[in-house]
Amino acid sequence: MHNKIIELKHLTKNFGEQQVLKGIDLNIYENEFLTLLGPSGCGKTTTLRIIAGFEEPSGGEVLFNGVDISKVPAYKREVNTVFQKYALFPFLNVYDNVAFGLKIKKKSKSFIDEKVKKTLKLVGLEGFDKRNVTLLSGGQQQRVAIARALVNEPKVLLLDEPLGALDAKLRKEMQSELKKIQKEVGITFIFVTHDQEEALSMSDTVVVMNEGIIQQIGSPVDIYNEPENRFVAGFIGESNIIPDAVMKRDLLVSFDGFDFDCVDKGFKENEEVEVVLRPEDIDIVDVENSKIKGKVKSIIFKGVHYEIVVETQYRDYLIHTTDYFETGLHVGLSFGPEDIHVMYKM
Amino acid sequence: MRKKHGHRKLGAGLYIALCFLFLYLPILVTMIFSFNSSKSLTKFEGFSLMWYERLFSDSEIMEAVYVSLSVALLATLISTILGTITAIGLSKSRKLLKEVIVNINNVPIMNPDIVTAIGLMILFSSMKIEKGYLTMLLAHIAFCTPYVITSVYPKVRSLDPSIANAAMDLGATPFQALTKVILPMIKEGIFAGVLLAFTMSFDDFVISYFVTGNGVKNISIIVYNMTKRTNPTINALSTIVIVVIMVTLVIVNVVPAINKKKNKKKMALELENMNHI
Amino acid sequence: MKHYVKLVRPYLIWSVLMIVIPLILIVIYSVTTGGNTLVNIQFTLSNFKKFAEPIYLQVFMKSLQIGVITVLFCFLFGYILAYKICKFSERAQSFMILLVTIPMWINTLLRTYAWMSILSDNGIVNTILTKLGLDPMTFMYTDFAVIVGMVSDFLPFMVIPIYTSLSKIDHSLIEAAHDLGANNVQTFFKVTFKLSLPGVVNGIMMTFLLSVSTFVIPKLLGGGQYMLIGNLIETQFISVGNWNFGSAISMILAVVILIAITIMRRMDPDDAEED
Repeated sequence: MHNKIIELKHLTKNFGEQQVLKGIDLNIYENEFLTLLGPSGCGKTTTLRIIAGFEEPSGGEVLFNGVDISKVPAYKREVNTVFQKYALFPFLNVYDNVAFGLKIKKKSKSFIDEKVKKTLKLVGLEGFDKRNVTLLSGGQQQRVAIARALVNEPKVLLLDEPLGALDAKLRKEMQSELKKIQKEVGITFIFVTHDQEEALSMSDTVVVMNEGIIQQIGSPVDIYNEPENRFVAGFIGESNIIPDAVMKRDLLVSFDGFDFDCVDKGFKENEEVEVVLRPEDIDIVDVENSKIKGKVKSIIFKGVHYEIVVETQYRDYLIHTTDYFETGLHVGLSFGPEDIHVMYKM
Repeated sequence: MRKKHGHRKLGAGLYIALCFLFLYLPILVTMIFSFNSSKSLTKFEGFSLMWYERLFSDSEIMEAVYVSLSVALLATLISTILGTITAIGLSKSRKLLKEVIVNINNVPIMNPDIVTAIGLMILFSSMKIEKGYLTMLLAHIAFCTPYVITSVYPKVRSLDPSIANAAMDLGATPFQALTKVILPMIKEGIFAGVLLAFTMSFDDFVISYFVTGNGVKNISIIVYNMTKRTNPTINALSTIVIVVIMVTLVIVNVVPAINKKKNKKKMALELENMNHI
Repeated sequence: MKHYVKLVRPYLIWSVLMIVIPLILIVIYSVTTGGNTLVNIQFTLSNFKKFAEPIYLQVFMKSLQIGVITVLFCFLFGYILAYKICKFSERAQSFMILLVTIPMWINTLLRTYAWMSILSDNGIVNTILTKLGLDPMTFMYTDFAVIVGMVSDFLPFMVIPIYTSLSKIDHSLIEAAHDLGANNVQTFFKVTFKLSLPGVVNGIMMTFLLSVSTFVIPKLLGGGQYMLIGNLIETQFISVGNWNFGSAISMILAVVILIAITIMRRMDPDDAEED
């Protein structure tokens, strides 16, 4: 893609006895929208705070354009942060909040004025200059926080769960807004969230983390379609996970008493593996036409699709379909080779 | 039913009035008799400013006023700075250190003044510091600072922990973050601390009485020494002190209320504007 | 945010020097003899034994007695005052609370001095009594004068915390009690009073602390011969010059107050939960 701007090299962090980062290796590129995704306590926020300079790593390096900055204080770094609860200065109005960083850097008044006006326009807050920030709505405060960071022209913008405090509708709006802003200013965004949908819809690259370890790095499509392990599969959307499958040979996997063609290779012969089947990839067919058979255990209408649980000899399968099936009906399950995702056993 | 309610309210008002009379009687008596034209403290024999004239021409009293004021100003200044930086540091300290300091800090607040006073008296004498102005000032800083800390610390604790980080993220050094962001956000607590420290120091008798020496006296000590005989000059002095403190308190209590009202109006206006957009 | 941790260091040193060491010195003085210099000290418990002598024990008991009576009157008048204030509109409430607060800020000494002229033999009260055709009475240098002075002085310290507790009570709790069939009196004792207990406990602690340790009020209104613990400590340090005995009395005073605070804390439902 582009040049590397930040490199994390075997980053570790201990808080007392507890090790919250257990060796993070990550390359972040110019102009990239990268998301750190994981459940709370996975180390994503700590990673972000180390990049920002609020925490010192216990071990490893943070390279910024090839130079180790892990000892450089926050106020000398060319990154800016949008905080979780915005951390706006309540005693300053919108204009003065945004101008804060430029005033600290002793820029000329006309320069500051021009930059602030331009940035407020970028985030859609034209004419809000004199407003009291504590009286703004959550979405507006969010925009001020983004403007306050962007006005300093950082090379990298760090966003710590910035949409967490917004309601669902506003969240959606801000997601596309953020993406638009990132395209416009053309800098790297590092975004922290625990919301997989948010991560998949906005990012160029998603980094899935759990318990201080990176589980998988990839594009949203890769992460969704080719989860590398059970944690990623489970965290990214609902899935059917078959923990006791066996890879007979390349392109052939066996579970539930049958062999299935698949597209995965590179495993040892007869290696024990796990298989992921996405609920929307499974079709319900006539009993005769399928290997796996079962009966409909429950059916719930979810607005666009039905969520059906089919009970089979080995396990229950979760299926999303737009067709209706009577509870108790005997059905068969079908899926193609490309729908089977084989993962290493954890 | 309504009548009964009215009676009850009247009764409540009467009771409250009596209580206030009880609280304010000594203050009123002091003020009224400071304008008496005779030495009597029981019969008002005509308006006069003679006791005020005597007050201002009494060099011993004027000296005490100077001591009270200068000690109060210095002690307030020093204890406010010391207390504020301590409160800020405290919020970032480890739990153990925090508990130790908070507990030590509570000692002078919970201990009777007289115990604090003799403790300091013994301390100064065993350190061979000559008792006088300096010992009085040090003692005042010692008992004022805990009150500053208790009024500033809750404000610091209620700050968003990211706020200092936000300032530094935008390029402020830790010192700039302190002066440009943290101090403006806790200024109400600091202001309360200043007020508390100043009045505590200006009003203090017990501690000053024990730690002073060499003829250095503040207003309270002068009053204490004069109580042996009736002397309306004390009333004049008291009246000035009372008026100064009352005016300060009223300003402190009324001005924020007025500001709040102004802000509310402004807020309503802003909300209205917002609806137009 | 380790940047600001260092800021506590000056005060740590200062508070050890000005708060902790003086306390230690009081303890050392109380268990030694050898006068006011620490050169030739000798361990002894005689200072405490001396306190057990009848004259000193009497002073001790008298202080407790006056303290308890003062607290009782403050509680009685103060609770009713706080309760009645709560019945008014919010604006009136904050004005009245300001009025209660103001005397707290005005020097005890000045107010007590004024009580001297009000209560003296030909003072204002007696002038009024004479005008009403009644016999003048002697108030000065009696327990009555001391208690009047203390109650007047310390009443705000009782009213403010009780008012704070009372004004925080959610009115729907009172309505709920009525709804469940409690009459006004039952509601007061079973709901309102219980909810105001934290304020009561605080007020009692404050007024007790102030009234057992004061030496100004008893000296001015009780006369030179009137002795409470505070006066005893003052005489030991200022006129007698026996700092060892004075320190021992101060320690006893501090311990009595500590015990009182501990007992009161137990009664406070909010604090008890934390244990």
